[in-house]
Amino acid sequence: MIQPTHSSRRILLPARSWFIYLSLCAALVLNLIPFGRLPGIPDWLALALVFWCIHQPLKVGMGAGFFFGLVIDVANGSVMGQHALAYVLLAFATGALSRRILWFPVAQQALHVLPLLLGAQLVMLLIRLVVGAEFPGVLYFLSSFVAVLLWHPLNYVLLLPQYRAAEHDDNRPI
Amino acid sequence: MSVAGHAPPPFFKRGPAPLARLAFFVTLALLLLVADLRFRTLEVARMAVATVLWPLQKAVLLPVEGAGEAGNYFSNLSSLQLENAELRKRQLAQANLLLRQTHLEDENRRLRALLIMQERLDAPARAAEILYAARDPFSRRIIIDHGLTHGLENGQAVIDELGVVGQITRAFPLTSEVTLLTDKNQLIPVQVARNGLRAVVAGAGSGAMELKFLPANADVLPGDTLVTSGLDGIYLPGLPVAKVISIDRNSSFSFARIECEPLAGVERHGQVLVLGKRIAPELPEEPKEPGKKPARGRKATK
Repeated sequence: MIQPTHSSRRILLPARSWFIYLSLCAALVLNLIPFGRLPGIPDWLALALVFWCIHQPLKVGMGAGFFFGLVIDVANGSVMGQHALAYVLLAFATGALSRRILWFPVAQQALHVLPLLLGAQLVMLLIRLVVGAEFPGVLYFLSSFVAVLLWHPLNYVLLLPQYRAAEHDDNRPI
Repeated sequence: MSVAGHAPPPFFKRGPAPLARLAFFVTLALLLLVADLRFRTLEVARMAVATVLWPLQKAVLLPVEGAGEAGNYFSNLSSLQLENAELRKRQLAQANLLLRQTHLEDENRRLRALLIMQERLDAPARAAEILYAARDPFSRRIIIDHGLTHGLENGQAVIDELGVVGQITRAFPLTSEVTLLTDKNQLIPVQVARNGLRAVVAGAGSGAMELKFLPANADVLPGDTLVTSGLDGIYLPGLPVAKVISIDRNSSFSFARIECEPLAGVERHGQVLVLGKRIAPELPEEPKEPGKKPARGRKATK
């Protein structure tokens, strides 16, 4: 049984694998947009990964996190394995918490997502500080807060294909 | 564990347990980290993935470029005329220097030939455009639109019209990564233009630089210009690098704390010039002493 949240009475269509991976690739493209050193740009890929690890923990997990993390590492020119490690830990934590998180309404889900995203950022910060990079400033963590604000609209957009009616009917009232 | 010595078969097949998968992926990621940071063996893999990603990155760049061009389109006529007049004035001011430059270079060559000194090599340069600043908050790097296929190599110096910007640290087939002078891992040998005092400038993060390893009583004043000394064999000598801002001569430390500011538009610019690879003049052979190894020179970059 697939529901938007476990307390909801609505039953969704099953998620399509191609849509899941399409949304992850779209998040990757959004991550590639060069904003330079502007703070507060959300990590779209981490957000999409958290979303699918919560809603489809059997389909998306640490493997996807590792793969997309490596791609981001190359594209950003960061250390190889930095995002991969952070995303793998993120996917593991989210998958373990997914059954719990889905019992909450969307606004409270966002409060669960915030520490997860902050933890992933902290992992990356620790990796880079250990090898002697400069501290980017506290504003570095702003992107997680911006990402959490986007949790509600993202929830709506990514579940949209599953909200459709099971049978196509032109005469349906709604 | 059941009595018979083996667990009952699971109802649903879900592959290895999450903890086992986590251990596997974390180990793999840590191996990659060590391989990249310690042994630098992943450059080929990085190059391959970067080449595959390039069309995607180019496509993503289009709306950003479009926004910039739209801004240009709406910049009004008067501001352009003002800029044009300003450029003309500057060109005229520099004409004096430019016209005499070739004459002076010729004269310099003749004099050097007379003195039987090694000729100063001037490097060929190539203009490149900055595509974007790398989205890595821990380092200061930019991506330019020329790469291996245009003949660029790791280690080439990058300048703009005001001074040194940085150095190419990773050349991909179509693009290159330039590490800016303000990056914490970037060192550049300089000398004080006023008195020829030699030192090393390192990036200090957040857009500043620091003149390192000078004693507390060194002859450096605020406002001094630092130029490349050319000792590293990478940068041509005499390129402006930075200006000294403040000096903290605290006698409890063995070195003075000297803060500098980069002269070139290190954090803001559109076009840069990549200088050709400089062939360093060969060092004269060191006199051999019995039982002593020749000291190795320190590298300019990490």
